[in-house]
Amino acid sequence: MTAGDTASGPHAGAAPVAETTETAGPAGEDRYVPSARRLERERFKRTRARRATAVAALSTLVTGVVLFLAVVNSPGWPRTRETFFSAHYAREALPEVLDGLWLNLRLLVVCGAAVLVLGLLIAVARTLRGPVFFPLRALATAYTDFFRGLPLVICLLMVVFGIPALRLQGVTTDPVLLGGTALVLTYSAYVAEVFRAGIESVHPSQRAAARSLGLNGRQTLRFVVLPQAVRRVVPPLLNDLVSLQKDTGLVSIAGAVDAVYAAQIVASKSFNYTPYVVAGLIFVALTIPATRFTDWVTARMDRRRAQGGIV
Amino acid sequence: MTSDRKDEGTPAAAAPRKDAPARVPGQGGGATPVLRLEAVRKTFGRTVVLRDVDLEVAPHTVTALIGASGSGKSTLLRCANLLEEIDDGAIFLDGEEITDPRADPDTVRRRIGVVFQAYNLFPHMTVLDNITLAPRRVHGEPRARAEERARELLERLGLGGKAGEYPDRLSGGQQQRVAIVRALAGRPRLLLLDEITAALDPELVGEVLGVVRDLKEEGMTMVLATHEMGFARDVADQVCFLDGGVVLERGTAAQVFGDPREERTRRFLRRLVEAGRL
Repeated sequence: MTAGDTASGPHAGAAPVAETTETAGPAGEDRYVPSARRLERERFKRTRARRATAVAALSTLVTGVVLFLAVVNSPGWPRTRETFFSAHYAREALPEVLDGLWLNLRLLVVCGAAVLVLGLLIAVARTLRGPVFFPLRALATAYTDFFRGLPLVICLLMVVFGIPALRLQGVTTDPVLLGGTALVLTYSAYVAEVFRAGIESVHPSQRAAARSLGLNGRQTLRFVVLPQAVRRVVPPLLNDLVSLQKDTGLVSIAGAVDAVYAAQIVASKSFNYTPYVVAGLIFVALTIPATRFTDWVTARMDRRRAQGGIV
Repeated sequence: MTSDRKDEGTPAAAAPRKDAPARVPGQGGGATPVLRLEAVRKTFGRTVVLRDVDLEVAPHTVTALIGASGSGKSTLLRCANLLEEIDDGAIFLDGEEITDPRADPDTVRRRIGVVFQAYNLFPHMTVLDNITLAPRRVHGEPRARAEERARELLERLGLGGKAGEYPDRLSGGQQQRVAIVRALAGRPRLLLLDEITAALDPELVGEVLGVVRDLKEEGMTMVLATHEMGFARDVADQVCFLDGGVVLERGTAAQVFGDPREERTRRFLRRLVEAGRL
């Protein structure tokens, strides 16, 4: 991490240099020749940047070595390595875990879509004005209050084991469907609050402008408020989806064979925990691109807003 | 030039306009006033913002509301567009009471155009979409026709090349002219202008005021709250001086600026002269 941070140092230092060579081209037209002062400053910045990189590399190396030695020299290390980092069991578990992962991905896509739709509906219901909508408003408020407070694991257990226990006709007992339902129930509450924050962040003057043009309340919401609100909450929404991605692993407690459950099966046969580590690393590997994507979208939106602010 | 502008321009231009400047404003001269306020009272909590306000705006005339900040100019305009609910009194548009709780505010607002101090353009839409939103969604015009008219209006206000731009990319003066086009696109009966130059750099004020002058030429009925006294004197048929939520003085521009009856009006104008604003 430290290396990554300071790695941008040399680039930042190098940028003016590239600029000099660039401006050297058109300099022929406006007859600009970099002054001795500028050249001296750039030399100094280059040297400083090189030194910073060297320091970062060295400190990263030292930190890595210290951590490695601390782990490897711990009294239980040989045993731990065998139990958690066994190459043999990793190879054995990988195909099973990947097989299970397919279920997690499908759950992510389906639940993600359902969460976005339901969350938006609940958020809109909470912002509706007028006495007719009172029950809807109250219901939406109660829903978000309840499901944001209820731990996801408990919600899962209640839905997955509670609903089949009712023995209702025509209601599924499929753990995947029920587990997915529980995920949607909880995440919709979070996502609804994100959407609501977005809706309330749109300045009242925008609403006034829309109403003054003769748009009614619904048209104002649809054409003016929601488009701006949704754009603003894209980064936090993506954040919630990243979180949902890893929480799909929790459907394993319902008995659905996903990546986590597949790992558990292998682990319980061999009394070796390596399959869990494999599954965990795969989840991390999946969320990293999603997280980077979120960062990128956020940065891009900040840049846009900054541009608008200059004018 | 003016005559073919009139056809494609404001619907208000259909009536004869010759008599408009000659008529003593406010006294109607027989025609139903476009806007009439009768004993309007508006409070925010304990603060009385408008007290017993009477006002008449005859067709094809310009009424300027002047007065210090907080005197109630903006509130008056917001009430006239039903963005605020009045506490007492009544407001009539073309002789029809719009403050009746049984009246549909949406249909009333369709007949009134508003331009705000801070433009209030929709940042997520292009200039063209900003302008055509109400004609398409409220008035049900087909996209092609709404866009054609929007481009015409933009062209007329010197914004021909800006249809595809987003508001953020325009200068303040350009944004405010787009806001005027947006208000005109619904073919309003009445245009309310709420300190539309207050947020502009001095060198951009002229381009916006020029547009208002052109609209007056075309016979648009307008009520404007303004701090630009020179402009109010030039363009207004009727000037209202508001002070503490009361219309202290009402008359022609020449009378209010040249020979104010009230001591407070005189003091207000004197302060402006001292500040170099008049």
